[in-house]
Amino acid sequence: MNEYDEARVREDVRAWLAANWDPAAPLVDWRKRLADSGWGVPHWPTAWYGRGLPVALNKAIEDEFEAIGAVGVARIGIRMLAAATLLAHGSDAHKARFLRRILTGEDTWCQLFSEPGSGSDLAGATTRAEFDGSRWRVNGQKLWTTSAHHAQWGLLLARTDWDLPKHQGLSYFVIDMTQPGIEVQPLKQMNGYASFNQVFFSDAEVAAENLLGKVGDGWKIAMTTLAHERRNADALRRWGHASNRPGRIYDEERAEIATVMEPYKWYPQRAGRVDLVLPRAEETACIDDPVLRQDIARLLMMARAGEWLAQRARTAQELGRPEGPEGSLGKLAASHVARAAAAVHTAISGADAMLAGSDGPREGLVAEILLSVPATSIAGGTDEIQLNIIAERVLGLPREPRLDGGPFRDVPRNPER
Amino acid sequence: MRFSFTDEQDQFRGVLRRFLAAQSPSTAVRQAMASATGYDRASWQRMNNTLGFAGIHVSEDAGGAGFGYQELGIVMEEMGRALCCAPYLGSAVLATEALKNGATRAEQAEFLPALVSGERTATLAWMEAGDRWHTDAIAMKARESADGYLLDGVKRYVVDGHTADVVIVAAYAPAASGATDIALFAVQAGSSGLERRLLTTTDQTRKLAELSFHAVPARRLGEGGPAAAALARTLEHAAVAVAHEMVGAAQALLESTVEYAKLRMQFGRPIGSFQAVKHKCAAVLLEVELAKAAVYYAAAAQDEEDPQAPALASMAKALASEAALRAGTEAIQIHGGIGFTWDHDTHLWFKRVQSTAVLLGDAAWHRERYLNLTAATA
Repeated sequence: MNEYDEARVREDVRAWLAANWDPAAPLVDWRKRLADSGWGVPHWPTAWYGRGLPVALNKAIEDEFEAIGAVGVARIGIRMLAAATLLAHGSDAHKARFLRRILTGEDTWCQLFSEPGSGSDLAGATTRAEFDGSRWRVNGQKLWTTSAHHAQWGLLLARTDWDLPKHQGLSYFVIDMTQPGIEVQPLKQMNGYASFNQVFFSDAEVAAENLLGKVGDGWKIAMTTLAHERRNADALRRWGHASNRPGRIYDEERAEIATVMEPYKWYPQRAGRVDLVLPRAEETACIDDPVLRQDIARLLMMARAGEWLAQRARTAQELGRPEGPEGSLGKLAASHVARAAAAVHTAISGADAMLAGSDGPREGLVAEILLSVPATSIAGGTDEIQLNIIAERVLGLPREPRLDGGPFRDVPRNPER
Repeated sequence: MRFSFTDEQDQFRGVLRRFLAAQSPSTAVRQAMASATGYDRASWQRMNNTLGFAGIHVSEDAGGAGFGYQELGIVMEEMGRALCCAPYLGSAVLATEALKNGATRAEQAEFLPALVSGERTATLAWMEAGDRWHTDAIAMKARESADGYLLDGVKRYVVDGHTADVVIVAAYAPAASGATDIALFAVQAGSSGLERRLLTTTDQTRKLAELSFHAVPARRLGEGGPAAAALARTLEHAAVAVAHEMVGAAQALLESTVEYAKLRMQFGRPIGSFQAVKHKCAAVLLEVELAKAAVYYAAAAQDEEDPQAPALASMAKALASEAALRAGTEAIQIHGGIGFTWDHDTHLWFKRVQSTAVLLGDAAWHRERYLNLTAATA
């Protein structure tokens, strides 16, 4: 995109906002108008609430919104993964039914992929969906489901054929989360929070038209969802900050953000809080310990280089260059940084590293770091899976021989709970 | 550009890579390392005539190409990848930077064109007995003579010191009162009282020498003021340059290791299909890419005269040293027994990174320096 195009787009969006932005409108009403204009998600297709513009122009458009404090469409949470999946694989009827209510924030979504028996091996899902002639009946269990307790809709990966090989027997559904056959329970984590849920299905129902794609397309469609999850990690964060302007529409947006962001409040601690390392080293005088200085410097360099590596990947993407190895390495780098940070925080805190809550350093924040960091090398793909992906896709090393071919019912798996 | 290269820079890298692949196959590396000089003079001339290697970062009025530290970095990285044996670090980096930072314009015009064309070579002698990388470990102090200065003492670890035509020497000025009173002197290789001894090195592809000075006539460079800052700046530029060399060598080590892991069969399958092996390769890739991000950023910061550049130079050197050593260590491990033989080429790169990880300060030294320069209190 050249300067002229960006300038013209800025001009267009400014003009539209000048004519339409209404801070006095109820949030959902405003968002309906915004969604219909195409300026809420300008990179989406023109037929579906977008303007078919390159993603690269989103920042300029967002700038224009921010400049006058105009509220955007609802973009945080799992909803954008749902939207991307529906755009890629949904029928026109699906798009017409779901997309607008995603953008207005009327509907919340959750993602039902992980199971007690299939974590890294997501395609080993055993939650089953059986067609009874008129509708699908779902039985089984999912877990690590964010927002399941207040979601209207779920993206469900379930097994529909046990005689096909593992990846081919899965199908992808949109399931109504508000029905009696679904029980949602909080899942308490080792750091004390309960940010996720376990979801139990007992003859839960899915209407026939809520199958996405064809029977057996489940794995392919799940890959779309996961690819979007990886790519969009930054956008989710950027949109999680509430405006501090006064007014009803902002109050509504703040309440929405507070609800959606609630499960993520310990995420900065999970990443290791590298920003706290120097202040902590200074307040404890550890900054004078030559051994700790080595560990601190090593950590700060790793964290900084990790940021630049991610920036290199983004820059290559913006310049339209082929993806280098940088893009696949960020998650692994972040995981190394988190672990190193936890070790340094422990060393800096000395005996106080044994204390939590108000007895612990920084009112328990350090303890929260130490007890949250183990999630980083697991969530969203374990380090071991990341290493496999990097070795096989980036370096081109051969795959491990597999023992899970043939009909899925014969594949060795975990005992049913 | 801190996060990407321009198309021109990428093209330049491509040309260099092909040229070096032809100029510096491992047979040429082995020949050069077995020779007393450590490089082939005809080949060095060819490099400079064809691609203007030595003057890439030298201004055009001094005969150079007028590019910056990012382009110098590209040359160093590609030379590291090819393990090219040439007096580049000593002459084109250390001595050239010392002249750029510490000599007058007239002196630059006198010395640089011959270094840029490759007709003559130079080096920088600053370290002395002992193994300390701090410039305040320098003890040599110049004496005034009737027509200039005289130097006495011993300089060690001088890169290509046994072959350089000119030696730039860091020593205290005669009236020195403090550590900043270091001055730079130019000494001709054939001067009376100068003894040069080739040191036996772990990395035979990079020659180091010990230079003994017995009342050697020297000419003071610069305007007469203290040159400690010029020396520090020179060593920072050299640290980023060798960091580039190490990520180039690390990349070559990783690539040859991955190729081997794809082909080598044990237990009925390529060893690269075992997670124990493939995870090692992926872990090395991560470390090398992190180091590259730091190294490229540091060079761009030098080009932009970023006040953080001194700290970033240490970050680049520390990360590149550890990444390259990791790549070298795992390369030998994954090659197994064959990797420990003299006939296999892996040890050539291993020795280069093992030795270069130490040169100009090891990772621990640069970590301490980085923290000193970045942390508010220390």
